Amino acid sequence: MGATQIAAPAGVPFIDIEREFAAPRALVHRAYADPELLKQWLGPRRLVMEVEVWEPRDGGRWRYVHRDGETAYAFHGVFHGPQTEERMVQTFEFEGAPGHVSLEQVEFIDLGGRTLVRNHSVYQSIEARDAMIESGMEEGMNDGFDRLDALFERLTAPAGAGSAR
Amino acid sequence: MSQPDALDAVFGALADPTRRAILARLVEGDRTVGELTAPFGVSQPAISRHLKVLERAGLVSRNRRATARLSHLEAEPLREASAWLARYQAFWDESHARLDALLASLTRQPEG
Repeated sequence: MGATQIAAPAGVPFIDIEREFAAPRALVHRAYADPELLKQWLGPRRLVMEVEVWEPRDGGRWRYVHRDGETAYAFHGVFHGPQTEERMVQTFEFEGAPGHVSLEQVEFIDLGGRTLVRNHSVYQSIEARDAMIESGMEEGMNDGFDRLDALFERLTAPAGAGSAR
Repeated sequence: MSQPDALDAVFGALADPTRRAILARLVEGDRTVGELTAPFGVSQPAISRHLKVLERAGLVSRNRRATARLSHLEAEPLREASAWLARYQAFWDESHARLDALLASLTRQPEG
């Protein structure tokens, strides 16, 4: 298992996410392309995911809803171009912010039995990108989510945790 | 700077491995440019340029003690940047951990 690397580079409206999986590329791709598998992993466990439509082909639509008790967060978009084991491309829109559409590219890189997944998202502006990160993907998911990047944890350790000063 | 601009400056500053290493050294305590240069095998002016970037991002402050100019880690912008990313990171951490488990079970039973 690898660690999920997320980068929100300065000056460009991108989010880049990288993660390595201990499974062959065909299987990892299937977990993204098959809605029955997708709903078993995308999003936190406590949210129920309903995939209304998921058509991974050129011009195919997708829409899913995450339910948190009474609250629902819906997302939809369209697939663009051939959806292969190498690459999937789609638009992405949170229905809570209509018209704010991002372009998502997922690349599946074959590492010989293992697979690197590279997710590149392009937003309409840096502000829209930052708002997406600030929302945490969806609202109301802050409970117990305190795992920070190891570097940040080390760097922000309270004074005195390192050398005495 | 507005909040997004300030965060841009912080992430820009953190994008470089040498600057992250400088911050890691400053966690241990204030350092002079000379002390910061020693472990890196790069020139002192290069380290000074990195320090300027870190200073602009608000991650480092510099003050004089006698004739030595000391660099000091400012942790607050890092805390803000961490909190900013934390929920988004948590969403993907948990999703990917679930995907690990799913892939493991599919590998055991190839046709599910």
